[in-house]
Amino acid sequence: MSILKVENLHFSYGKKEILKGLSFSVDESTIVGIIGANGSGKTTLLKNISGYLKPASGNVFIEDRNIRDFSIKEKARYISYVPQDMEYGFNFTCFDIVMMGRMPFLKRFQWESKKDRDIVKKSMEMTNTWQFKDYKLSELSGGERQRVYIARALAQEPKILLMDEPISHLDIKYQIEILSFVKDLSTKGILVIAVLHDINLASQFCHEILIMKNGKLMDLGSPNKVITPESIKSAFSIDVELLENPNNNIPYVFAKIG
Amino acid sequence: MNLKKSICFTTAFILLVLVMALAISKGAVKLSIGEILNVLRNSGNDTNKTIILDLRLPRVIASAIVGMGLSVVGAFFQGLLRNPIADPYVIGISSGAALGATIAIILGFGLFGINLAAFVASLITVFIVYAISKAGTKISMTTMILAGTAVSAFISAIISLIMLLNHEEFNRIIFWTMGGFNLISWKSLAFAIPIIVIGALVMYSFSRDINAILTGEEVAEHLGVNTERVKKIIFIAGSLVTAASVSVGGIIGFVGLIVPHICRIIIGADNRILVPFSAIVGAAFLTFADTIARTILIPTEIPIGIITASFGGPFFIYLLINDKRKSEGMW
Repeated sequence: MSILKVENLHFSYGKKEILKGLSFSVDESTIVGIIGANGSGKTTLLKNISGYLKPASGNVFIEDRNIRDFSIKEKARYISYVPQDMEYGFNFTCFDIVMMGRMPFLKRFQWESKKDRDIVKKSMEMTNTWQFKDYKLSELSGGERQRVYIARALAQEPKILLMDEPISHLDIKYQIEILSFVKDLSTKGILVIAVLHDINLASQFCHEILIMKNGKLMDLGSPNKVITPESIKSAFSIDVELLENPNNNIPYVFAKIG
Repeated sequence: MNLKKSICFTTAFILLVLVMALAISKGAVKLSIGEILNVLRNSGNDTNKTIILDLRLPRVIASAIVGMGLSVVGAFFQGLLRNPIADPYVIGISSGAALGATIAIILGFGLFGINLAAFVASLITVFIVYAISKAGTKISMTTMILAGTAVSAFISAIISLIMLLNHEEFNRIIFWTMGGFNLISWKSLAFAIPIIVIGALVMYSFSRDINAILTGEEVAEHLGVNTERVKKIIFIAGSLVTAASVSVGGIIGFVGLIVPHICRIIIGADNRILVPFSAIVGAAFLTFADTIARTILIPTEIPIGIITASFGGPFFIYLLINDKRKSEGMW
């Protein structure tokens, strides 16, 4: 069963049409990397999948149930979202921030239980942020903050984890660490969809690559199938050459310059 | 809740009780604690009874409840608008109330009529600001602050014009807008207290949602918070609380701005703890300020707004200078 099915999705900001009819479906236990030029609609697609933006037409189905039929709270029990830019100028500890991930499971007057605290601790240990639990977000570096927000998304125990450029603030060590770790998550039954700028990291870590072009789905499939000089030329208007990573035969792209 | 927070709450609560006792005993006639207890036990002499039950007690209760209401609304509006200088008046409530009171004074309404006019006019003003800020199904917080400022400025101009044309009522209008509890009655309290208490409790039940909204509206929505609904409820409840507070106490500045900030520095940003703490501290602070206002220059009373600003301002600056987090935002 496909955990996520997108059907002829259209979305406009005002008069500007951003998504122009996308259809695809993906299974659980997958990590999907969305690549595409700036303005091709990657973030808008993520926000339509999460239900934050309401499509003009078309549908999103989570486990065969239309997302329009979910309450906001219900959605948050299925889908968590790590946004591109996050604010941090407030006086909450990292522990408090991650604990907010338990909100979808709590009733209005219910305080967090030991189980919730355990889940928070586990999420923070997984992202290597437990040592920051008493720190304020403003005391951490950009990459550390990113990991705290990922911990919060994990505390939601999502079936679908959406990430908008999750590694753009990280150095190479944490890029690899976060992507490896996210890939691990996907093997545990979670569908991860991440917007990624680095085509090569996307190819290395994602089971499937979704290429977007002008609000349409250009291609979706394994990196070996969809990453070609032609597809990159079409999506990004640049000439590239391909090499293969000798360890796993995954394509490696580099730009032809001059 | 950890030990430090428990100590903060206990201290604040003891402070509130002490301030209230002090407020009842101080005044043109000084009353000892023994006499106060006698009256509360329904014995004691009739003069003291009148002073306590008809003059001081309603006043103490009014200042405590209004202090509580303004502080709770301030904490919520600062969180919701994600703006550290937001206060209960930021969306135009005070100017609307002032216009209502001004018109009622000119038309020769009685005291309760003035209170009611202020209440209704402030709600109409908030509704106008709200309608301006609404874009489709969503409300823009930035537009709301701007619209509140613009509408306030416009209304202030109208008030100035009305005052100019009705010179004989100039003093009464000025005194009303500066705020104070010198004309408080049980009747206006019976009207305002339920609104303030229920409104504050409704807002409090959304503390966790406001915590999430502080970290970003979009993020909060992805945590399962119905942000648009929460915003509406907080604005409606907050406007009612503020309008009721202003209708009994006039426009008392500074309480709703600094009490939440001071409390945030002391006890942290979690609204589930911050809000009740601000409520107690706000009640104690305003009761204290009112006691000073009516006793410092006996027999003259000075407007309470002068006290709140002159005590609150320097204390707040002291905390700002001492707070090590000051460069990283106050949230």
